[in-house]
Amino acid sequence: MSGDGDGPDRHEDTAARRSGSAAARLAAAVAGHPSAAPPEPADPSGPVPGAADDGAAGPGRPDGSEAAGAAWQERLAGTLAFLRRRLTGEYEIDEFGFDQDWTEHVWLPPLRLLFEKWFRVEVLGVENLPDDGGVLLVANHSGTVAVDALMLSVAVHDHHPRHRPVRMLGADLVFDTPVVGPVARKAGNTLACNEDAERLLRGGECVSVFPEGFKGVGKPFSQRYKLQRFGRGGFVSAAIRSGVPIVPCSIVGAEEIYPLLGSIKPLARALGLPYFPVTPTFPWLGPLGAVPLPSKWIIEFGEPVSTDDLPDGAAEDPMVVFNMADSVRETIQQSLYRLLLRRGHPFLR
Amino acid sequence: MTGRTILVTGVTRYLGSALAGQLAAHPDVDRVIGVDAALPEPAARARMGAAEFARADIRNPLIARVLDAAGVDTVVHASASATPASAAARTMAKEMNVLGTLQLLAACQRTPSVAHVVVRSTSAVYGGSPRDPAVATEDTQPRSVPGTGPGRDAIDIEGYVRSFGRRRPDVRVAVPRLAEVVGPTVRTPLTRLFSLYPAVPVLAGRDARLQVLHEADAVAVLQRLALGPFAGVVNVAGEGALTVVQAVHRAGRIPLPVPSSGLGLWARGLQAVRIGGFQPEVVRSLAAGRVMDLGRLQRDVGYRPAMTTVQAFDDFARTLTPALDRRLVRDVEVRLAGALGARPEDPWSAAATRPGGSGRVPAPDARSGASSPGRRHLVSIDGQAGGTPRRPGRWR
Repeated sequence: MSGDGDGPDRHEDTAARRSGSAAARLAAAVAGHPSAAPPEPADPSGPVPGAADDGAAGPGRPDGSEAAGAAWQERLAGTLAFLRRRLTGEYEIDEFGFDQDWTEHVWLPPLRLLFEKWFRVEVLGVENLPDDGGVLLVANHSGTVAVDALMLSVAVHDHHPRHRPVRMLGADLVFDTPVVGPVARKAGNTLACNEDAERLLRGGECVSVFPEGFKGVGKPFSQRYKLQRFGRGGFVSAAIRSGVPIVPCSIVGAEEIYPLLGSIKPLARALGLPYFPVTPTFPWLGPLGAVPLPSKWIIEFGEPVSTDDLPDGAAEDPMVVFNMADSVRETIQQSLYRLLLRRGHPFLR
Repeated sequence: MTGRTILVTGVTRYLGSALAGQLAAHPDVDRVIGVDAALPEPAARARMGAAEFARADIRNPLIARVLDAAGVDTVVHASASATPASAAARTMAKEMNVLGTLQLLAACQRTPSVAHVVVRSTSAVYGGSPRDPAVATEDTQPRSVPGTGPGRDAIDIEGYVRSFGRRRPDVRVAVPRLAEVVGPTVRTPLTRLFSLYPAVPVLAGRDARLQVLHEADAVAVLQRLALGPFAGVVNVAGEGALTVVQAVHRAGRIPLPVPSSGLGLWARGLQAVRIGGFQPEVVRSLAAGRVMDLGRLQRDVGYRPAMTTVQAFDDFARTLTPALDRRLVRDVEVRLAGALGARPEDPWSAAATRPGGSGRVPAPDARSGASSPGRRHLVSIDGQAGGTPRRPGRWR
């Protein structure tokens, strides 16, 4: 079994055994991508493990009994190819630093596990998201740590028929922090400022924003599901200027994951954080306290609010902007109440 | 109708000499005078072609006499904001950059024949705070202005250029803000950093975006600005972006995360054992993550760089000996997949036959043939018609 000569031989065997299916796949690949396969490392169907399996089980598989093993091997080969791309730098990022290959292979899979198994997220109204073109998702923010943002990106990516990536607008604190900053950029997020928001929206991206900001994530548990002030309405003017619709998005369940009882202010100040959370489990249980409580989540996308029918200069009219921000806020608040009734007990479902 | 008479500074460097040569060959140009404080090396002299060389220090008022005597109508200050070749040259570079520009502009102001001035600037003027918008347009006001280093110098230089423009409103002034220039020929602190073998230090916990400009595009843009009608500030870079770590990998190197505080020690250590040094501030400046909006370049200047950031970087990277060869990585992948009984994924359809026809693989010819699509694949990553014939073979 040992020895250098063994490896290649065995490899040849395997290769020969599969050469039929390989040829079929090659033919399919050539038909699918003419010319030297624009390498698109993140083959749109490939990254989602489930989808990849479906594709692999297609033509040229000799018999069904091998299918399970083949799917496993397919995934292994995919992982190896991903590692090779990482080592040789053969992937692409956009001007904001969004690395789709990495996002689909490294970032989303663990989040998907949390999304499906831990929070059992139910997604409603995904048909309200357009298939393409710019759209601004406006959502409520809660939960001490911005897990809701991560779950929103999984919801849109996995449940929308076009698997649109969500480009989130985050606080500058995020991009200032080592490790967290680069990761946030790789996952497609950027700084919450009008320049970046409008650039993304004009580029036809699905952008999400949490206008409550830290006031929302860091609010005490006693104020759960009470929307905070919606900033200065900058998100509305960005949407109006780019002429994209606003889709209100209500997230139920994030409030219960880390019930915020208080904040240790001196510690927060020392660490440069907006608050230092105290929850029933954190910091008492140490790292164990960082495990979120398994609440039941619902994410609902509301009716889009169009902005392109407004008169010229509406983005510069504070009255229009405030009114629209208020109405979006009211819509989200109402659907939060409705979804809370629908959900019932936060943990027992 | 008589043609233009152009003065180009910094002709001992690649950009100045190549620009002088190209302008000299241009039909609308009568005469090109390249100036520098030192004599150009033979290679630079060859690039200058038909351009004349005048040894003159731009910090010396003598430069005004050159302008006047030749009746120069266009001044291209290509050595402004040039990156110093070594750390020791930093003070010298600042002197040349800031004071040289000041003197040159003073000379231009006194010479009535001067009608066009192009002064090179750099993307470093945008600073690089994470609180700035991700993509800088020419109008972006950085939230934190660099206090020292090349960025500070470039801001000062742009200030002088603006006040020169106020004093001589009849002169057309163009200020291109160039991204880091890379290519097979130029030597900058950045290319030196990526030439470190086998590992390149990067700032731990930071992986910022990087935009570069190919040397040929840099020359072409400067030429267009010298001869064209554009006035004002314009961003110049290859389209798209890379991350620093990605660039290290594409150069066939291994990224070595070093905390910011350990960077100076590491640099001194390398210098002590004479492996070749790097400047800690270059590594730090790479953490800035500067990407520029290129709308104005295409719209108003009418130029679209021939090479994207990735292509430009690859064109530089192919001059390096990779520490981690792409082919080796691919081979390991194929071996590993084979050993585990999986069929390796095919990154390019042309090589898809490789696992099937593995009998041919050990033959050296078949091997290099099988991997050449890999190189094409790299070039065509941005959809450009890949496989320029010179590319294979130059890889070592």
